[in-house]
Order: sequence, then structure tokens, then C-alpha cells
Amino acid sequence: MLGLAVPAVPLAWPRWAAGLVRRDIAAIKRVVLAASSRTEQEQPLDALIARVAQHQDRTAFAALFDHFAPRVKGYLLRLGADDGTAEELTQEVMLAVWRRAASFNPALASVGTWVFTIARNKRIDRLRRERRPEIEPDDPALAPAPAPDAEAAVDLARAGGRLRAAIALLPAEQSSLLAMAFFEDKSHRAIATELRLPLGTVKSRIRLALGRLRGVLEGA
Amino acid sequence: MPVHHPVEEQLLDYAAGGAGEPAGLLVATHLALCAECRTQVRKLEAIGGALLDALPEAAPAAPAHAEALAAVLARLDEPEPAPAMPAAVDVGLDDETRRLVPAPLRAYLGASLKDLPWRHVARGLDEHELALDRPGFKTRLLRIRAGAAMPRHGHRGVESVLVLDGGFTDEIGSFVRGDVGVSDASIVHRPVADPDGDCLCLIVVEGRLRFPGLLGRAFSLFSRY
Repeated sequence: MLGLAVPAVPLAWPRWAAGLVRRDIAAIKRVVLAASSRTEQEQPLDALIARVAQHQDRTAFAALFDHFAPRVKGYLLRLGADDGTAEELTQEVMLAVWRRAASFNPALASVGTWVFTIARNKRIDRLRRERRPEIEPDDPALAPAPAPDAEAAVDLARAGGRLRAAIALLPAEQSSLLAMAFFEDKSHRAIATELRLPLGTVKSRIRLALGRLRGVLEGA
Repeated sequence: MPVHHPVEEQLLDYAAGGAGEPAGLLVATHLALCAECRTQVRKLEAIGGALLDALPEAAPAAPAHAEALAAVLARLDEPEPAPAMPAAVDVGLDDETRRLVPAPLRAYLGASLKDLPWRHVARGLDEHELALDRPGFKTRLLRIRAGAAMPRHGHRGVESVLVLDGGFTDEIGSFVRGDVGVSDASIVHRPVADPDGDCLCLIVVEGRLRFPGLLGRAFSLFSRY
């Protein structure tokens, strides 16, 4: 239960950091309360994408929009986009979901993970104006996995519900740092400077958090 | 399979999208050679997806949300726009280059390995700076002749080296194709290329290297590290 307690924030932390932690925890708690029902929700998200891919079903797309557009916009705002830019990029991301629905592979990732990677890449392209180097699946230089299906064996697609539950159970000091690493584009060092924590503390908290979440995924 | 991998923070930055292009290039090129880290990155992306789902929604007012949906529905038939940053292309590279250099890095070469404008830096050492100019980063290919030794040096920033061909050995260990060596301020080393062939590496340096001693200073002067 320690994990759900709002931590006593050290005096040295800036005031907004305390707010950030409480906000995150409250939000994560809300999600987790709904998490048990969310496990079933994953199937519908998959099914919605399938309906878009096979029938260009606009009703299914509207349901996906209702679910993801506010989250994607929240993600972009958190990364420092102004409201207009976040709105515009959210539209781009959702249009990409519509156009690329046929390329979504439910065996490889959950819909949420797929949308996350689309939003991440759009932001790198449009806001940071950089390329994102990525592997090419049919590259002759690509080293194959030792066992043919070792890469696909971890069923990450079905792990979404358990992963969200595990995130909610992380100690607040770990989950807030993890959120900063993912959503604020900050290196471990920048996080340490901002929160006035020793770099080693930031590193070990993030490592602990990732270790726990990976543990959840190993069993996937 | 590689034995030496990027540090966890590098994989996390790549999966989260925080990694700049030079660091991303090094990680992506390693991923092409390491199935284990490909799985790690997929797991980190799954964590990103779960975090996205847990994000506080930007709580749109109902009319604004309906308006945004209507705007997107009106644009569904538009073609996919070209990316703002067009993908780099690799054309006309020879077989050796295609075999040794994985796709993410190939796109930044511009010519086959043997035709690159290599710059001679020191005895046994040539380098080619990639067209990837980012403030604070140096992104280069290094070619170290078989058996040649680099001067002993320390690091002010972080140096990541990915071996593409041959190998080298330093105080930390032996590095061959696919291996990544990451050195920070705590590490002073003297890499020596293995004797059985030239060693080809991708090196990304954030900050500057620090060469102790007179020879080191002279080397530093010539190599612009």
C-alpha cells in the first residue's frame, strides 16, 4: 500500500514538483480503478482498429478518437507543445491511425503502444524536426533472433492491463520519474538537476521501476 | 550475439523518443545487430503505451472535442503527408557496405565505405564525419588499422562506440561486431584494434574527449575531438 501513498515531498523540491506527483498519482489511481474493466476494453480497441482497417468504418474511428485524442493531446502538451500545435498534431496522429490501421499487428503490440509510437514519431518529425533512425525488417544486415520466434514470444500485446496495474502500484517516487523520462524528454541528469536529487538516486529509482515492469512483461 | 549493450538509459531514451538523432542512430544500428535489445525496446514501448493510457486526459470541453472529431473526419480522405524531415536514402552502395553497415546507418553514408572521403587522423586511424551536425555531438565512422592503438584518453562527456567490423580491446573488455562500449568521465582507456583485421566503428561523442600528456594534446589538436 506504500505504493499508493502520496509521498512526503522533500522540502528541497520545487513546489510544482509536489503538484506534479500528486496529479500523476491521482490520475494513475483513476485509471487503475478502471483497470479491471480495461482488460476487457483491450479487445474492443483491437476490434475497432480491425473495423477501420477492413471496412473504413467511421463510427469505429470516432470511438478510437474519443479514447485516444485527449490522451495524445495531453502527451503533446506535457512535452511542451502549445495548445494550437498540440491540437494540430493530435489530428495528424489520429489521421495516421486511420490511414495505417491495416498495418497494425495485434500480435506485436497493444493498440495503445502502437498509438504511442505514432505520436512519438510525429513529434520527433514535426516538433524537433529530426529524423528517427529505425531498423528495416528486411535489411540483409539485420541479425536474426537466435530462436525464430524469440522476439515474438513475449506477448506484449496482451499485457496492457497488467502493466497499467503494475505502474499504479509503483512507489510514487518511481512512477513520477518514469513519467518524466517518457513525457518530458529529459535525460536522467536533467531530471536530477530539476528535482535537486542526486543523479544516482534518479538512476536507481528509474532502474527499479523498469525492473518491476519488465518483471510483469517477462510473464507475458 | 553482442555481449556489450547500450546502457539502459540509452534504450529508454530511444524508446521514449527523447534521444537526439546521433544517439538514436547508434541505438538503432545496434538494434539491427541485437535481437535481445530489440525485445527490450519493444518492452519499453509497451511501458510507454501503458503510461500514455494512464496520462491525465487533456479533459476537452465536449463542444471542442466534437469539433476536433468533425475536423478529422472531414480530412480522412487526404493522402498521408510526406514527413517534414525526408528520410535519408542509400543508393548505389557496394556489397561490402551493404553487408557491414545496417540500414539505419547506411542511410547517412552517401557513398560506399571505400569511396568515403576518409580523413587521416593519426597513424593507423582514419575518420569520416557523418553529415549529422548537432550541437554538442560528434558522429563519426572510425577505421582503425589492425593492431593499431588509440592514445590513452579520458572523457569529459559520454562516448559511445559501436563496432561494425573487426574488433578492439581496452581495459574494459573485448568488443566485436554489434558490441557497444559506453565511456563516461570515470573511464580512461587505451583501445587497441584486434590484430586480425581493420576495425570499423560508429562513434558518437557528447562533449569532448580528454587526452592526457603531450602526445595526447597533439593528437587532440589534430583530431578535433
